[in-house]
Amino acid sequence: MNLQESYLYFILLASLLPAVIIFFIPEQRHRLRVFVNMAGTTIKLVLVFVLMAGVRQGKVYESRITLLPDMDLVLHADALSLLFIGLSAVLWFLTTLYAIGYLENSPHRSRFFGFFSLCVSSTVGVALSGNLVTFVIFYEALTLSTYPLVVHRGTPEAMKAGATYLAYTLGGGAVLLVAVVWLRILAGPLDFQTGGMLGDLVQTYPLELRCIFVLLIGALGVKAALVPLHGWLPKAMVAPAPVSALLHAVAVVKAGAFGIVRVLYDVYGVDPAAQLGVSTGLAVLAAVTILWGSLRALAQDELKKRLAYSTVSQVSYIILGAAILGPVATIGGLVHLVHQGLMKITLFFCAGNYAETLGVHHIHGMDGAGRRMPLTTGAFTLGALGMIGVPPLAGFVSKWYLGIGGLRAGQEWVVAVLVASSVLNACYFLPILYRAWFREQAAAWPEEHAGSRFEAHWMLLTPPLVTAALCIAAGVCAGSDWSPLEWVKMITEREYAPR
Amino acid sequence: MNAVWIYLCTGAGLIALGVLALVREPHFFRKVLAFNITGSGIFLLLVAAASRVSDGPPDPVPHAMVLTGIVVSVSATAVGLALAKKYHHLTGHTALPGEEDEE
Amino acid sequence: MMASPEAWLVLCPLAAAALAFLWRSRGAFIGIVSALINGALVAWLIALMRTEGVRRIEIGGWSAPLGIEFYADGLSPWMLMLAAILGVATAVYARGYFKDPGSWFWPIWLMLAAAINALFLTRDIFNAYVCLELLGLSSVALIALSGNPDALAAALRYFFVSMLGSLFYLLGVSLLYSAHATVDIDRLRSLVSETPATLAAAAFMTVGLLLKTALFPLHFWLPPAHANAPAPVSALLSGLVVKASLYLLLRLWFEVFPGAIFASVAPLFGLLGAAAVVWGGIQALLQERVKLVVAYSTVVQVGYFFLLFPLAAHPLTAELARQGVIYLLLAHAIAKSAAFMAAGNFIRVVGSDRLEDMKGAGTALPVSMFSLGLAGISLMGLPPSAGFIGKWKLFSASLTAGQWWWTVVLAAGGLLSAAYFFRILSPALAEPSRLGAKIPRTMKWTPMALALAGVLLGFLAPQLLEIFEIGAPLRPAAAMEGGP
Repeated sequence: MNLQESYLYFILLASLLPAVIIFFIPEQRHRLRVFVNMAGTTIKLVLVFVLMAGVRQGKVYESRITLLPDMDLVLHADALSLLFIGLSAVLWFLTTLYAIGYLENSPHRSRFFGFFSLCVSSTVGVALSGNLVTFVIFYEALTLSTYPLVVHRGTPEAMKAGATYLAYTLGGGAVLLVAVVWLRILAGPLDFQTGGMLGDLVQTYPLELRCIFVLLIGALGVKAALVPLHGWLPKAMVAPAPVSALLHAVAVVKAGAFGIVRVLYDVYGVDPAAQLGVSTGLAVLAAVTILWGSLRALAQDELKKRLAYSTVSQVSYIILGAAILGPVATIGGLVHLVHQGLMKITLFFCAGNYAETLGVHHIHGMDGAGRRMPLTTGAFTLGALGMIGVPPLAGFVSKWYLGIGGLRAGQEWVVAVLVASSVLNACYFLPILYRAWFREQAAAWPEEHAGSRFEAHWMLLTPPLVTAALCIAAGVCAGSDWSPLEWVKMITEREYAPR
Repeated sequence: MNAVWIYLCTGAGLIALGVLALVREPHFFRKVLAFNITGSGIFLLLVAAASRVSDGPPDPVPHAMVLTGIVVSVSATAVGLALAKKYHHLTGHTALPGEEDEE
Repeated sequence: MMASPEAWLVLCPLAAAALAFLWRSRGAFIGIVSALINGALVAWLIALMRTEGVRRIEIGGWSAPLGIEFYADGLSPWMLMLAAILGVATAVYARGYFKDPGSWFWPIWLMLAAAINALFLTRDIFNAYVCLELLGLSSVALIALSGNPDALAAALRYFFVSMLGSLFYLLGVSLLYSAHATVDIDRLRSLVSETPATLAAAAFMTVGLLLKTALFPLHFWLPPAHANAPAPVSALLSGLVVKASLYLLLRLWFEVFPGAIFASVAPLFGLLGAAAVVWGGIQALLQERVKLVVAYSTVVQVGYFFLLFPLAAHPLTAELARQGVIYLLLAHAIAKSAAFMAAGNFIRVVGSDRLEDMKGAGTALPVSMFSLGLAGISLMGLPPSAGFIGKWKLFSASLTAGQWWWTVVLAAGGLLSAAYFFRILSPALAEPSRLGAKIPRTMKWTPMALALAGVLLGFLAPQLLEIFEIGAPLRPAAAMEGGP
């Protein structure tokens, strides 16, 4: 194993090893646990940058382990996987910081942070998977490592949400396995390949391949919360705020969306997918999800629930962009993978701060929150405006490329969907901002925690401020060399390069 | 009808009787007896098989098997009776719960 | 003969059993030492077979049919390995579980170990009968170990079922001997044809062995027997003993009976297996006692094993199916033992076997909780675990053979397992309780080690399957037309 290969394992181990160690750290050894956690996150960040620099120069990192004579475990870092890993590494760092502050003095922290790191390891594994089999392995590991986080509080409500979560995701996992085995029999080793790996099979097995595509999307759509498979996501809101943040911005939902992108581009490929006609169906499903999620979000009074339905809607932007199958739309979809992550995690961090510092869980209780917590509310505002697509924030860039992409691909209806969704976004975000900034505080905060130098604990305050700043940076500096947009353009060039 | 056939038919009859009793009779003691009877039936079949070589001395292997089989069934009987006795001692029942207890 | 591990594999546990019987106060020590020696012997055997291939040893210089012959192709060390791993784990766990080091557990268990080793090494269907009987009687004694009425009733029920099964099997043996004058598997293989005697023998032996293997609908005795035994015994019964009769059944159907009968019976086996998966899964969902849930899960797993028959009947998928089932066998043995041991820890701490009393047990016993979860992953067939490798192969086999309905059964079985494991795990994870009982360290870590092994074995498939394929065991007679 050379150094380049070992980087891949180091990246996995940077979160896996802390997970194993943390399980054995006694509950009261707070400092040791924080040290192990932060060491892991920092090392991972550094490693990701090293890898990114390599991939930029056109290097490809790959490592194989034989699992069965006809089945390899492949770790593979290309530009697309690094997009996802980069996002997860940055947000893992911030979320860990946030979680340490959020869970101060609560029980079972070793269990929590152990599974938290496991969850991130699985996500990185999903991103690094070089073939569908490896993908399945990490995808299931992600399901299992997230469950203890969802039920962390151990209340009956949490247990119920956990049961729903498992029912959806394990069901999806079973379907995924069947689809992958079927495809494996038809197509041989399932290594991801830029431009697809099916070759002539499209002519030989058109019907089978369509069925497999439907199965794959059905399975991955559970995690990506495609309507009508999204039911678990709003329920999973009972989890502690950092878990929701991670679930929505990085881990579970994104793993589903990332899987769909992989299937579309690196298993089926752009042209075969268009030939089979499967991408149009997917685009329509994504559009329906975008609108339905936004509509449902309007009806929620609980802040986290509204954010959850907003996720349902926003994640499908990624899928919509991918399914339109034009280079510009692809850029819009993929860049939203990062942008949505930054914006949504900001919103969840802030929601957690309101709940933790003021005891506010519902939108009707947010009157005057802006004056009490100006920094948090400022960050929240940036996230919300970004979601609506106000320039020059990150969300604007995604929507711009999506819209242009739709037009270029001759699918004008996409623009209509985007406009409608943006209006709906404004309808469910602006009232919150109005209440927070312009209404007078109606009653005393339900559970106010004072006694800090800032409006909230600094560990709770820094992460949303940083991510909000990143939301601006991603929009304003979209043209710079290291922006997500440039990175995504590089991926798209490789994907659509003539072969 | 020669001696072999008598052995065979008796053996088959004993087996059928034994299996029927083993399934039908709830009482432990009868069940233990039943499998002993079934065992004897099978041993008769084996003994009959020893004479399959028409002339010359009978095949010794089946006899060895029957001897082994008898040893096995004696020990099995002992285990069964010991268990049944203990169970009767503890609960006063002589049949398994769920099956008819005739006493 | 002195230099052959086969003889020692039988002699060593037998001698240890006698020793443990005579010197009861040191039973635990003798048991653990014997288990370790057993493990070393199996490793020795595997090392020898990797260079020599199939081994055939005549005990005492007498050749078959009068003497006893030991034979080992790939399947034998596979099963012996499984028995050895479980042997060591059970011994270590039982050391903590039975507070009295002079428990009767030790001599009886060592007897069982000798019987099962002999069974996996014999090539003679009559010797197999003797081993099977010895195995059955020691299992009965182990089930009855706790001495309470429930356990005694379960032991008696198992005793009668086991007797009936063995007698049916013996009847088949005597029919085969009357027809062909031999009890050696290889000789029988070349002699049998579709005569009425063979058909009758096949029917009797199959029913007898199915009873002992607890394939649906002959599984009725298994849940009470496995649920009422002490935890280490349940682990052994579910992990190992059920597989002994299955082993014999596989040997008979794949290596003795003619291919034509095999092909016509295979779909029936598959159907019963599928029924077992569904019925066992539903029953497991309805149980209110932890150990009953785990026991019904064994009924389900036995069903999986029988999917081998229809899939092996198809020439394209025979190898996939064989390797898949053999891997599932390994995965199940290890994971199920771990599950029973972890459940035993919960019961020890909670003081009850009811699911509703398990609340908070996970907080009191995080390690056992984690072991149960890991065992569940392997039993559900989730990656990356040994169970996943097995299921993957079976999935591939059924789709390649175009028999997609087995895929549905497998997927449904996996989801059902997830559901009933969740029923145990979820109350245990729920609100923390004040359970403070301590359990010995050996009891805590043994299931963990087993469960971890169950997951890690998923990564060793190529190396392990190489051992299994020595001498190409379990080839249906039809595929071997023309004789060896």
